[in-house]
Amino acid sequence: MPKTLGVIKPTLIAFEEPIELSRGGRLSRYDLIVETYGNLNADKSNAVLVCHALSGNHHAAGFYDGETKPGWWDHYIGPEKSIDTDLFFVVSLNNLGGCSGSTGPLSTNPETGEPYGPEFPEITVDDWVHTQARLADSLGIVRFAAVVGGSLGGMQAMQWAINYPERIGAAVIIAAAPRLTAQNIAFNEIARQAIVRDPNFHKGHYNKHGTLPISGVGLARMIGHITYLSDISMGEKFGRDLPRADHDSDGANFAIEQYLRYQGQQFSERFDANTYILMTRALDYFDPMDKKKKGLADLLRPANSKFLVLSFSTDWRFSPSRSEEIVEALVQANRQVSYARLESVHGHDAFLIPNPIYERIFESFMNRLHSELGAINSDQ
Amino acid sequence: MINNSGKIPKWIHENSRVLDLGCGEGQLLAQLIRTHNIDGLGLELDPDKISICLTQGLSVIQHDLNRGLPNFNDQQFDTVVMTQTLQAIRRPDTLLEEMLRVGQEAIVTFPNFAFLRNRIQLGIYGHMPVNPQLPHPWYNTPNIHLSTFTDFEDLCKNLVIRILDKDTSDLSGRHTLLGRIWPNIFGEVAMYRLTKEL
Repeated sequence: MPKTLGVIKPTLIAFEEPIELSRGGRLSRYDLIVETYGNLNADKSNAVLVCHALSGNHHAAGFYDGETKPGWWDHYIGPEKSIDTDLFFVVSLNNLGGCSGSTGPLSTNPETGEPYGPEFPEITVDDWVHTQARLADSLGIVRFAAVVGGSLGGMQAMQWAINYPERIGAAVIIAAAPRLTAQNIAFNEIARQAIVRDPNFHKGHYNKHGTLPISGVGLARMIGHITYLSDISMGEKFGRDLPRADHDSDGANFAIEQYLRYQGQQFSERFDANTYILMTRALDYFDPMDKKKKGLADLLRPANSKFLVLSFSTDWRFSPSRSEEIVEALVQANRQVSYARLESVHGHDAFLIPNPIYERIFESFMNRLHSELGAINSDQ
Repeated sequence: MINNSGKIPKWIHENSRVLDLGCGEGQLLAQLIRTHNIDGLGLELDPDKISICLTQGLSVIQHDLNRGLPNFNDQQFDTVVMTQTLQAIRRPDTLLEEMLRVGQEAIVTFPNFAFLRNRIQLGIYGHMPVNPQLPHPWYNTPNIHLSTFTDFEDLCKNLVIRILDKDTSDLSGRHTLLGRIWPNIFGEVAMYRLTKEL
């Protein structure tokens, strides 16, 4: 029986200081909803920040009271797991602009008294990293032992290493890319179009109209979901099977259709359309090289941290060659980098799925980081 | 196959930048970090070995050496080391050139196929050698490009590679008198320090 964190409760942290956002917007105040696992040690050196991907949130591990489904990365965070909560104090938040409790399009704009909706300012990865650094300040964490994330979360870890080289011991960048390709942006655009063209979207003012663009968000999720799986994993899981009799088939002709519809429907019930658009835009615009007009190696040269970069063999959304671009830049910048291209049939989703060698490599790296924490402190 | 680093530590400069091709579980890198304070990076294909490297805090990149070293800049390292791997590479000649493109010096070790025991197994008994130095039968051996001291030095000549140093030992790193006199007959392990510089 694998150990678990047990029941987890999130905390809402208020930030009353205004924030200027990198694409010109401004928020006079905001809240971030946060979960923490494990204990912060006396010198506050064992904190690990977990950054979530496009549709993730702060509930990364453990269970909510009465629920049977754990957080999205429970397999990798917990006692004696890859991110061992017996060793580390893990901080996981819902990013600014999210729809799981942090300030986002669903929140009330204090200036109008109405929900922000589509008027919520544009957010970038830089803004997330900025607000995460403020979160660290509020928790008394000067330096994270590691910042860790998969996919869009990996991009945040990379941005951390660039923006705050003194505040991060290691960046773990999993199934990510230095920036999106045209094909990646194209997939996001189709997903956005699915939402925008839903008659219930009302240019983002669906709350005012008392509607919800459920069909658009569901379709966006179906498109996204295909790109997160692989031909092999879909073949293994569904093949050409007919719809399962124990679930509502809703007119689906094949099991894969039934599954995608179910995924779409589930997602549309929990995820806000304006947040989906905001998050995909942040992903599209993520390009640390653009702002500084530098190559990736030059950009990463001031980074002080260690790096662990991981990719998955069948990931075609952010393929191993994209991760290898990051590795190549780090090697050229003479940074301390380790890299593994892990075998998996699960496509982009592989970073969330149990996989013994992935677990072992991730754990080896993290445990070593922990064993070096004492050495760093005794040097000072 | 070989559990000693022989002369390699003597051929490495303190505080230098070292790339270890096929670093395995990282024994050599860990040793050189301890004794020479090097800035080390390993390349390894096997994820289990990568995991063992990570537990020691080493930097290691998963990479198939048959793809060459395209991700590295010219002269990025002081020394590029490759122990007991050259004979398993699809094109040892191109990899040697790559090693001396990315590194100022290269250190290469490989099993000497002209070692006396191999000569006896092949020349007298008529069998492909199978022994502690070359433990695999011919049909599943990873060692597809076996060579001798003489062959290797011919290759270096063709590639205009200068031999700075060479050494030989038995499998456990011991130097024998006969090995010193006739390395191509009595030397079991060949070790070379190379450069392209004139």
